[in-house]
Amino acid sequence: MRSTWMISAAVSAVFTLSACGEKPQDKMGIRSDQPAQAGTGVAAFTEPGWKAGDHASWSNHLRARANYGMNDHQRAPK
Amino acid sequence: MARMKFICDAERCIECNGCVTACKNEHEVPWGVNRRRVVTLNDGVPGEKSISVACMPCSDAPCMAVCPVNCFYKTDEGVVLHDKDVCIGCGYCSYACPFGAPQFPGQGTFGVRGKMDKCTFCAGGPEEHGSQAEFDKYGRNRLAEGKLPACAEMCSTKALLAGDGDVVSDIFRSRVVQRGKGAEVWGWGTAYGTAAKQGA
Repeated sequence: MRSTWMISAAVSAVFTLSACGEKPQDKMGIRSDQPAQAGTGVAAFTEPGWKAGDHASWSNHLRARANYGMNDHQRAPK
Repeated sequence: MARMKFICDAERCIECNGCVTACKNEHEVPWGVNRRRVVTLNDGVPGEKSISVACMPCSDAPCMAVCPVNCFYKTDEGVVLHDKDVCIGCGYCSYACPFGAPQFPGQGTFGVRGKMDKCTFCAGGPEEHGSQAEFDKYGRNRLAEGKLPACAEMCSTKALLAGDGDVVSDIFRSRVVQRGKGAEVWGWGTAYGTAAKQGA
């Protein structure tokens, strides 16, 4: 009796909590693309300071670029 | 994992349309197509607000949901892109998008409507990165060049912010704290029921 109650509680919890989850965000659709961090291979247009193929390097580079270019409160003298 | 987002700071936007010009120039967007537009509410009235609008890479994108040929895909960074070789130019995405992002050039294969064109967050398309084919169809792939979207990087007042959602929200939060007026994000009051403070 007790196990039946626990199973039904677990099943209902699964159904209830499934709405709290998030849909997968990565790689949807029929065609996937090369990752952005793979680079273009065109040196003339590529910003220096990061390594093609290294996601962490690319991500950190964009983070620094965003802060330098857009965060004027960080750049202004205190 | 980064999730690319735009935020337009309506307190800073001066409706100069520099973002629109930067976008058109960077991607050589054809006549009649505006991947980005500046919208002004209460134009000419004191306190008017402007906001720059394009594809806002939705987490649960309605364009992707309604596309009958499933031409959309999402990158690891959450950028919604599409494949023009698959698009049939039906316009369903245009009806579904709350921002009016999908654009349809007058000339093209499908009569007056043409294949859909939209803001790519400067991330190109499914063609080889940096290739001429990618540029011709989707424009420049700045993300793969280690740069952020041209519209935001060219914004003279830094009203338009683009990048990883965490970074962008940190920058915006620091501005809100500095101003001391509370959050002035458009739609905040509508969503959360908090009236704007005096002078905001």
